[in-house]
Amino acid sequence: MRTSLHPALTITASLIFAILVAPLFIILGAAVSDTSYLTFPPQGFTLRWFTNIFEISAFRTTAITSLQIAMLGTALALLIGIPAAYALNRFRIRLPSWLANVFVLPILVPEIVLGFSLLKSVTISLGLPVFLVLLLGHALLVLPYAVRVVGASLASFDFSIEEAAISLGCPPLKTFFTVVLPNISAGVIAAFILAFITSMNDVSVSLFLTGPGISTLPIQILAHMEQFFDPTIASVSVLLMVLTVGVMAIVEATLGLTFLTK
Amino acid sequence: MTVSLTLDSVTAHYGSTQVLKDLSLAVAAGELVSLLGSSGCGKTTTLRLVAGFLEPTSGSIRLGERDLTRLPAHQRNIGLVFQNYALFPHLSVRDNVAFGLKQRGLGAAERLKKADAMLERVGLASFAERMPAALSGGQKQRVALARALVIEPPLLMFDEPLSNLDAKLRVDMRVEIRRLQRANGTTSLYVTHDQEEAFSISDRVAIMNAGRIMQLDRPEVLYQRPANSFVARFVGFENLIPMRVSARDGGAVTAQTDAGATLTLSQDAFGAIPDRFVLAARPDGLAVTRAGEGRPAGIPVTLGIRTYLGRAYQYQCSTPGGDYLGNGPLTEPLEPGSSAILSPVPEQCCILPPED
Ligand SMILES: Nc1ncnc2c1ncn2[C@@H]1O[C@H](COP(=O)(O)OP(=O)(O)O)[C@@H](O)[C@H]1O
Ligand SMILES: [Mg+2]
Repeated sequence: MRTSLHPALTITASLIFAILVAPLFIILGAAVSDTSYLTFPPQGFTLRWFTNIFEISAFRTTAITSLQIAMLGTALALLIGIPAAYALNRFRIRLPSWLANVFVLPILVPEIVLGFSLLKSVTISLGLPVFLVLLLGHALLVLPYAVRVVGASLASFDFSIEEAAISLGCPPLKTFFTVVLPNISAGVIAAFILAFITSMNDVSVSLFLTGPGISTLPIQILAHMEQFFDPTIASVSVLLMVLTVGVMAIVEATLGLTFLTK
Repeated sequence: MTVSLTLDSVTAHYGSTQVLKDLSLAVAAGELVSLLGSSGCGKTTTLRLVAGFLEPTSGSIRLGERDLTRLPAHQRNIGLVFQNYALFPHLSVRDNVAFGLKQRGLGAAERLKKADAMLERVGLASFAERMPAALSGGQKQRVALARALVIEPPLLMFDEPLSNLDAKLRVDMRVEIRRLQRANGTTSLYVTHDQEEAFSISDRVAIMNAGRIMQLDRPEVLYQRPANSFVARFVGFENLIPMRVSARDGGAVTAQTDAGATLTLSQDAFGAIPDRFVLAARPDGLAVTRAGEGRPAGIPVTLGIRTYLGRAYQYQCSTPGGDYLGNGPLTEPLEPGSSAILSPVPEQCCILPPED
């Protein structure tokens, strides 16, 4: 049985879809335009803007920095976030209710404010190396994802199986790794992906924390655009898009996309 | 190796709320004792104390010669069966059963052999490869049972293991639990809120209320000779009549209800009668007869609704002191609204200490 949709609904949905997809097409078009400035529709066809990315060393180094920061920052956030989410769920009735919100604060605080305060307090006052500060900033930025997404899968975790394991002779810490972790692995992977993508895309926090010689890819894109405004920007965007789509395709193939929105 | 379980004056708190009050309990070696009581009375808390998931504020817990009181939970060697099965969702049925053996450092081959033998015993040999999600409730509980039994623990504990199963399966499973428990002679503590289940499966039953054990005895004794009003009410003594002795004449005791009705009770029939007591009776134990000349003395009542029970009529009886339920013979149906006499049937009644 097919229920027919109201025409207005069909039109609205198509319109929203078009608005969402249009920029992607525009960027794709702009990236292959054989002009020295960003333009759409493309004039001519060339792939030189794509090769150009790899010729500009700043793109290479910042891409590597971004990947490192995203990897390590996400790992750090999970290292803190998983135990935090565990404790929040396991001891929910014994903990004050505001505690859970503390871990979501970085989402609520505008990123600009987060970046600025980190600049003031960590970079300037403590004089830590730029890379370390970037790493800490990103870890803080993505911590809420780690806590929330892992927390969501712990919320449906039945803690009595942990007690079952302990009663069978498994020490508590080992129980966490042999019984709890395997059952929340989907949440951990989801948290990793969301946090990783967030970190890779971040501009506002990084803007304050990048320093001499160290920058991230989004900041480099921004800087390049201010200077040149050529289609390289569009082609980088296309590559980032392909990367994101690739990650999503892997998620879809292994876990199903709905799992990210659960 | 069968050992006894002893809880000695155990007190437990959640935060500042006291949940168990000076609870003492002894389960003999090989015995199955049930904790029976309504929700929230502290049954699960008692199990959690013994399992080591909660520390008592005071008192001690011993299993045979071992003092469990401060021993970490994973060193206690107790088999647990939960209401919600608590199987490991990421492990196959076989690996679930073998989990405890693995913790004990058994080699893979021996684990497999023991786990499969245990699955055979609970009738799930052909399900070894399945994941828990692909099992029915009854099968899950069998796996949980196998997982607890395979470590050959000196003590088994069950927390409402049958509550999530349907009625027919509940009866099958409880027979099976009893069979396996008997066969191994494992000392067991069993929690349920279902009286029939507790009475049918247990050697002895502890009836609990608000963190205390009200009476611990064989089901027959609890059913026929409750020790106090709480237990009496729990096992269906619907009439609890507070009384006060006004005169004693040899073996005959005259006592009054609060509303002033007089009963003469023979100590030969009822046993020793203290000055203040509660007369407890099921509807069977209060005979309803027509008021009139030559009838036995008793509590005068006005009859309310009459219910046909098959073996007798049951009447709602109202008196100025309260309402009672009594039974009358099928040969003499009485009309609602008429006056009647309620007289206690000695062998069906209990004399209990006063409530307060
Ligand atoms: N984790 C807890 N924190 C606070 N109070 C609890 C907790 N668990 C149980 N309680 C309280 O302790 C009392 C006994 O609970 P429990 O032992 O679970 O009862 P039962 O198993 O007999 O239904 C109840 O009043 C319950 O509300
Ligand atoms: Mg309970």
